[in-house]
Parts: sequence; structure tokens; C-alpha cells
Amino acid sequence: MKELTYAQAICEALDEEMERDENVVTLGEDIGFIGGNFKTSVGLLEKYGDLRVKDTPISEAGFVGMGVGMALTGLRPVIELMFSDFLLVAADQVINQAAKIRYMSGGQATVPMVIRTPIGAGRSSAAQHSQSMQAMVAQFPGLIIALPSTAQEAKGLLKTAIRDNNPVIFFEHKMEYNRKYQIDDVVEPIPFGKANIVREGKDITIVATSSLVMKSQEAAEKLEKEGISAEVIDLRTIVPLDFNTILESVKKTGKLIVADEAHERCGVGAEIGFQIMENAFYYLDAPVGRVNTPNVPLPFSPSLEFPIIPSVDKIYEKAVELVK
Amino acid sequence: MNVKAYSKDQLLTWYETMYRMRRFEEEVFEFYKQGLMPGLAHLYLGEEAVATGVCSALNDNDFIGSTHRGHGHLIARGADIRRMMAEILGKVDGYSRGKGGSMHIMAMDKGILGANGIVGGEIPIATGAAYTSKYKKTGQVAVSFFGDGGSNEGTFHESINMAAAWDLPIIYVLENNLYGISVDTRDVTNTPDLADRAIGYGIPGVIVDGMDVMAVYEAAKTAVERARSGAGPTLIECKTYRWQGHHVGDPATYRKRRSETEKEDWMARCPVDCTRAEILAAKKAKVSDLEALEAAVNKEIAEAVNFAKESPYPDVSEAFEAIYTE
Repeated sequence: MKELTYAQAICEALDEEMERDENVVTLGEDIGFIGGNFKTSVGLLEKYGDLRVKDTPISEAGFVGMGVGMALTGLRPVIELMFSDFLLVAADQVINQAAKIRYMSGGQATVPMVIRTPIGAGRSSAAQHSQSMQAMVAQFPGLIIALPSTAQEAKGLLKTAIRDNNPVIFFEHKMEYNRKYQIDDVVEPIPFGKANIVREGKDITIVATSSLVMKSQEAAEKLEKEGISAEVIDLRTIVPLDFNTILESVKKTGKLIVADEAHERCGVGAEIGFQIMENAFYYLDAPVGRVNTPNVPLPFSPSLEFPIIPSVDKIYEKAVELVK
Repeated sequence: MNVKAYSKDQLLTWYETMYRMRRFEEEVFEFYKQGLMPGLAHLYLGEEAVATGVCSALNDNDFIGSTHRGHGHLIARGADIRRMMAEILGKVDGYSRGKGGSMHIMAMDKGILGANGIVGGEIPIATGAAYTSKYKKTGQVAVSFFGDGGSNEGTFHESINMAAAWDLPIIYVLENNLYGISVDTRDVTNTPDLADRAIGYGIPGVIVDGMDVMAVYEAAKTAVERARSGAGPTLIECKTYRWQGHHVGDPATYRKRRSETEKEDWMARCPVDCTRAEILAAKKAKVSDLEALEAAVNKEIAEAVNFAKESPYPDVSEAFEAIYTE
């Protein structure tokens, strides 16, 4: 075991994959000389040179589109978008191009590209630098949507993303970057579409994404003190969705909370809750609960921001409400 | 046209390619008129000299990115016209097994990175192919075709800026056919020559008569040499004109507002007919040579039409294939 921050774990995954495969190239804003706005590519420019670790101009549509062209012609580009909000600046290249080229070409082409980009509120970054875009992009067939929780998960899932032959949107959580974790000395790729039961329980299932996995585990510890046994599932990828693991858990507990930081409306919770209604209606002992960001733009002031975003307490309270 | 400077073989190759595009598009138009075509198609009629001239300056392993008006580019790169026609009719033998249609024909085996339904959408993609070439030192060049409309998209600026900064081996071919559907480029842009924009990127900007296949070839050849040598991109503006409307269902009546005879004036400069006449006038080939070539192309086109008509429609299960790969 060793201690690494989440950002360092991502950096290690990039480094190890670049070492392993010379077709892996990374580009984005400020990723080279300063090693990334969130320090996720420190030292890579020095090690691999500026054709493989490319500082780009502020041209998100341009360099994401270049990534599509690079992927079509034999490279494995890892594109960093400094904030997931900027996916909207590059939306045509992500949604109309990368996601659809394989399909539109009748299977001739593949787009092995990763877009790494941070989600999440909590830094007083206001409405254009705090959004969680995972539910929005999950609408579009052709993309894989990954959301690592811990540093170990980030390293293992990023390796899988880079080796995958489909376009992957890899959502990191910006509040995790500087957090220290104990991780294994060697981290193998973690397969997509296999949710991880991080805590077993029998009274309620909490399905969570990204940093809300850790918040759900904290909530589960509090719940245990109240005599409530919560099962916590780290979803890892929302596309592909490991619905079976959720289903089996809900059949056991009879209760479900879905915790995801994106806005509540048409979100991951809406999707999973609906699928549970379709497939496990008679197993439910309570309505499915959701913990999300409410349907308001992310505000700036901490006095406005923290009260509205998902928290340990909100997950805890929702669980108590459903189990009571 | 400087016909005298070129060999008979070269001249006949250009003529044959343009004639094939012409006949192909005429048959596509027929598909529409006969109600055989699902949706629409954007015809390249009148612009044949551009794709022909540019692609004749390329090697077989080079890349091109194309547009919604892409049939000509694909034919110039040697795409299989039977599979193109089948795709346009939504048939299972089409390049995309009926899932892409006219606007999304891709032929990876010919370095064709795809026609594209989004104006300006393919410009950064072709630029990425040029990046691969530079990174892997393969010596390949990329060509990005787009129109006057595409040149007003942000991707035009972003892509050329990066390609120029990093000396990427790419040629940006701006087919200025004067209209974005009905909007006259001259009403929405304050410079008559879009090639002037190259100045802002520190690269050559060349204006070419897009009706003259030889002029287009010469400009492309210079640009390809520059790109292959590592000196970076070139912007080539080809002044051209689409004979038909934006798509097969567009009567294009809007084009009379400047001149009653605008279309006829351009059609008088037909690249296919003018090249034919010049070849004959310079005695580079005999009428019988050209007629034999035309007969062979007509036969090939007729076979492609039959192939497309006879190809079955895909089973509905095809809709669920090729979304992801292993």
C-alpha cells in the first residue's frame, strides 16, 4: 500500500498507460507545463515530450474534435476538459461525432478516446464551474460514462477507459483531487459495468456515484449506530449500468436510495428508480428515494452552495425517513 | 485551363473522375425524383473540379474529411460507388449498412474519415488525423473539405489555429459555392475572399478558380508538398457554384436576387464540358477516346444503380448493431 492523492492516482494511471502504449497521447488546457489545473498530469510533459502531452489553446470544440480524428486514425487520445461544464462548449464533437461515428459508419470505425473532466460543487465556483454533467451525457447512445469514487478506483477505471475502444467520458470529482488515500502498489484495470458493493447491509440499499460513495459510507456508519444496516453500492459506470447488482440488493433490502450529484430532474436516480419500479415493484417496502442537487443552478456563496448539495446528512436523513 | 502542360493520361483521369461524379449525382437526383430515396441528398453537381483536382494531388494512404455535400469527395478518393449508392437508398450493402445515409458515408479503407451532417463538424476531425500523421511520422497528409458556411463555424478558426501553431500536415479546402442554403455568403461576410483569413493564422491562403481542375490541382499540389515537408497547413479557397439547390428538394429560387442569370453564367463554365472541350481543342485525345471512357463510366454507373436497387433493406435488428465495440 502507499499513500496517494486522487490526483496523483490519476497521474499514475496516465503515466503507466503511456508507458505501456505509445499510441496514448494526452491533450488539453494547461496539462503540460504546469501539469494540469488540478495537477493530474504532473511530470508527464518532461517524460513524454510536447507532442504526447499537448498544451492546447482554449478551443474545446477544436481539440476534442482533434481527439476524435486522432482516435479514428490509430491513436488513443486522452483529452482533459478542465471542467465538465466545458463539455457543452465541445458538445457537437462529443455527442454528434464521437458518440455516433461507429454507428453511422456501420461499424467500420472505432473512436478509442477518453475525455477526462471534473464534476462537482463545493469550491464556490458558481454555476459554470460546478455542474455534474453525467446524467445529461448518459442520454446519448455510444458513450461510456464512468465515475470513479476513490483514488484506487480512479486509477483502475482510468486504465480501463484508456484501453477501451469506445469513447469514454471519465468524470472525476474535483473535491477529491487533493484528498489522500491508501492505494495498492499495483492497480489493475477495473472492468466497466460491474458495480462494487462497498458495504453490505440488509435494511436499505444506497446506490451512489463518485464522491457520494464515500459520503454514503459515512452515512451508513451513522445509520448503523441507529440500528439500520445499509448496503452501499458504488456504481462505477452509469453506462453500462450494472442493474443486476442493484436489483439483487433491492430484492434483499426492499428499500433504495440513489445518490448522485447531478440535478434531480431526469437524473440517474430517476432512471434507476424507474427500472426498479419496472423490475422489482413487489419487493419494495418504501418509495425509492433520491439525493441530488435540486433543480437550481449552482450558487456562489458558501451559505447558498453547501446547504443545497448532497451531503452525508442528507443521505442519512433520507435513509431514516425510508426505514423508519 | 492549361491543358498543354499535362499528359493525356492525367487529363483523361481528371475527366473520367469528373464525369463519374456528374453521372453519379444525376442518378442520385433521379432516385429522389422517382421516390426511391429516403430523406434527401446534397448534390455536388457543378463543383466536380474541386474534389477531382485536390484528390489527384494525394497519395492513396492520405486522409480526407468531407461534408454533407460529400459524394464528389468520396468518388475522387475512389470509394466504391455501388456501396455509396446502396447507402443513399438506405440498403444493407451500403457503406453504413443503411444507418448513415448520404450525409454519413465513411470509407476507412480509403482514408475517408466521413462525410458529416454538421457544418464545420469534420474540420477538427481531419485536423486530428493530421496530428496522428505528425505524431507517428507516417508522411500522410489530411485534407479537410468544407464550404463557405463551414468557414463561419468556430471549428474552422480553432482547427486552423492549432494546425498552424503546430505545423500539422493538412490542407483546408474551402469550397465557396456562395450559399449556405439560401443565405448569400456575401451578405453575411465582409470580405469577398475567404482565403484572406489565412493571414490571421500565418499560413498561405490561396484563391483558385474552382471550375478549373488544373488550377485546383496545382494549388493542391503545392499545398500537399508544403504539408508533407512539415511546413504546415494551407487554406485554399475554390470559387465554385452548386448547380442545384441546397438539397435535391430545394428549387433554389433565392439565387436570382443578384442576377437573373447567375446560375446560367456558372453553368456555362461547366467543369466537365469545358475540360472535355479543352482536351479536344488541344488534340490531347480523340473524341473516340472520350466516348469510350464515357461509355465505360455509364456502364459502371448503371451497374451501381442496379446494385443499389436490388440490395435488400436492412433487418430492423441492424438498428441495434455497432453502437459499441468490444
